[in-house]
Amino acid sequence: MNEFIFFFNSVVINGAVIGSIYAMGAIGVTLVFGILRFAHFAHADMMTLGAFLVLILTALFPAVGPAIGLPTAFVMMPVAMVATAFIAVGIDKLFYKKLRENNVKPVVMVMASVGVTLMLQGLIRFFAGTGTQSLYIDDRKAIFRIDLPFESASRNLVVTEPQLLLFLFLAFAVIALHLFLNKSRLGKAMRAMSDNPDLAKVSGINTNTVVGVTWIIAGALACAAGTLLSLDVTLKPDLSFMILLPIFAAAIVGGVGSPYGALAGGFVVGLTETLAVFNWTFVLRPLERAIPALDLPNTLAFVPTEYKITIPFFILLAILIWRPTGLFKGKII
Amino acid sequence: MQLPKKDIILFSLLAALILIVFASQGSAYSVRVLAEASCYAILALGLTIQWGYAGLFNAGIMGFVALGGFITMLFSFPTNDDFWSTDLPGQLGGVGLKALLSIAIVYGLTQLKRFGVSKKVRLPLIIIASAILYLWVVTSLGPVAEAIESEAGFIGGFGLPVWVGWLVGGAIAGGIAYFIGHICLGLRSDYLAIATLGIAEIIKAFLKNADWLTRGTLTVSPLPWPVPQAGDIGFIAARAAYLSVTAVMIAVIYFLLYRAYNAPWGRTMRAIRDNENSSAAMGKDVNRRRLEVFILGSVLMGIGGAALVTFNGIFDPSGFLPLNHTFLVWVMVILGGAGNNKGTIFGAVFIYIIWTMSEPAALFLIDMARQLGTAWFEWQPPGDLDSRALQARVFVIGLTISLVLRYAPKGLFPEKVAHHA
Repeated sequence: MNEFIFFFNSVVINGAVIGSIYAMGAIGVTLVFGILRFAHFAHADMMTLGAFLVLILTALFPAVGPAIGLPTAFVMMPVAMVATAFIAVGIDKLFYKKLRENNVKPVVMVMASVGVTLMLQGLIRFFAGTGTQSLYIDDRKAIFRIDLPFESASRNLVVTEPQLLLFLFLAFAVIALHLFLNKSRLGKAMRAMSDNPDLAKVSGINTNTVVGVTWIIAGALACAAGTLLSLDVTLKPDLSFMILLPIFAAAIVGGVGSPYGALAGGFVVGLTETLAVFNWTFVLRPLERAIPALDLPNTLAFVPTEYKITIPFFILLAILIWRPTGLFKGKII
Repeated sequence: MQLPKKDIILFSLLAALILIVFASQGSAYSVRVLAEASCYAILALGLTIQWGYAGLFNAGIMGFVALGGFITMLFSFPTNDDFWSTDLPGQLGGVGLKALLSIAIVYGLTQLKRFGVSKKVRLPLIIIASAILYLWVVTSLGPVAEAIESEAGFIGGFGLPVWVGWLVGGAIAGGIAYFIGHICLGLRSDYLAIATLGIAEIIKAFLKNADWLTRGTLTVSPLPWPVPQAGDIGFIAARAAYLSVTAVMIAVIYFLLYRAYNAPWGRTMRAIRDNENSSAAMGKDVNRRRLEVFILGSVLMGIGGAALVTFNGIFDPSGFLPLNHTFLVWVMVILGGAGNNKGTIFGAVFIYIIWTMSEPAALFLIDMARQLGTAWFEWQPPGDLDSRALQARVFVIGLTISLVLRYAPKGLFPEKVAHHA
């Protein structure tokens, strides 16, 4: 029983946490991919930027959180999300719009987004340094230990406050996005443009508005993902390429252009990652007691933690080989 | 024929810049900068054929550089007697045999369809077998690797001539490129960018953590040179000799690329880049040509990376950075003019000189800001301001990419398209 709880704590919960983060990033990436038709490399640094905005706000008003009973950073997050959304729209106006109007190839847009990501990196590192930071300034991370009503279970289920907030926020964001895409006029216009941009244009959809809304959603979600990730662990300014790969993998696994696919893809990538680095020896110990001949090594993981980055990569390759459209029938554009 | 006025002006500017560097920094330093720039020029030529000839986005140049550097270290570094005199090579060979056996078994299982085993049975069988065999190989490699690390440090090199390492480095980089390109080139170009980005990080993670093979973060030095080293003939002469080797390599590569560009192969390449559908309609095998050019470019990157690491004399896996080894090369190519080899070499030398000069310049600027800030506003500067100033150069690189794409998408030396009237 204890083994099972250990497994649940370290694989299911952790996998779901990192999966939710990937999912939030991948929804933004997949929307940009579907509507603007290019892989947005600056997404990871947009996440870091959003988290830094939250850090600044938290440092300015450290007393807000305790008054409400939530971490200050989480209370400040909506403000930072609005700011990041506007920054994303601004970046589009400054760097992508002209290129788009010149009808350059998608790959040039990718190049431009690499330029943007380098600029963001430079700014973040210049103003905030390269060390890790904590989003908890005046408050502390609450940890819930849940006792299970079984006799054989001496371990507790462990969930932290930011993890719960993350799950709640993800559920809220997904429902809101679902309603927006399916019920509102603008959301329908977005889906139309993702399906066929030319047809959308001739049927009178204002493509500029749609592009703007796409950036607002992508920017806000990137900010939320970055903040919630930093709340759960720490804020690392040099994350960018390391987290970009799983996010792209999640978007492609789910099928490019499909937000629900991105959600599923995020969880697939996150859970696979935690399963692969999980040390199976602990769970298999009882088996060793039952069969003495079995000599388990101290660590029995599929992939050492240092090589975690290989997991999203191989998921990506596998999906590109067998099902380039993704699990949810996205499109190959 | 009209004189290429612009070319002459730009190259005279470059020569003037080099002279300024020589005058202000001394010969030994300047020759070093030029030798490093020449290694970057090989990398940039590799990228210009991928991006300029074929429009392929390679975001993982760093991986190919690291691979080339590692292979040349492995081949040319003197042999390690601590390792070869024990029974460790035998054990390592045993692990290698196990790995080969596992590959053979998995391959055998994939061939079961010849005996009429259905896919529903085959696929789970292959997956389970691969997982078990993989764990078997990895768990048997673990103790051997640990023994090598504790008894011998690392396995050392093979003690072969340097040029063997360079050639094999290029060949292995090409092999990796084949693997990636084979999967991604049939799909849209963004996927190649994502996959190359991933493979670069994986290669770096492997080289950093496989201590028994590379000594990891402990680094390996000094690497042997293909020419006499500074200890024998002095700094300037040794570096100049090295520079002449790389210059000859660039000349050979330039000549071969010039011939290839104007050959039917090069014309096909450009036709595919400019209009994929019409070239496919003309019966050109688009994916195959792209795979060729991707491999060729990656081979050049492997060789260039090997030359760069050899020149630095130290193999340090954590020293490979996406910024220095991927995006700097990108700036060289798009500023110089993608698809124009002359422009690419110009871009490589020009940008590399600016890049090395920007380090003292950034420190100087930040120091001025610090003094003014403390004097006028009683500002308390953070302690790591200098390292932040160097990080901020990332911003300039990114800005350059954005500006060039926006205002001069063809670069300083636009590709010359021949018109046959």
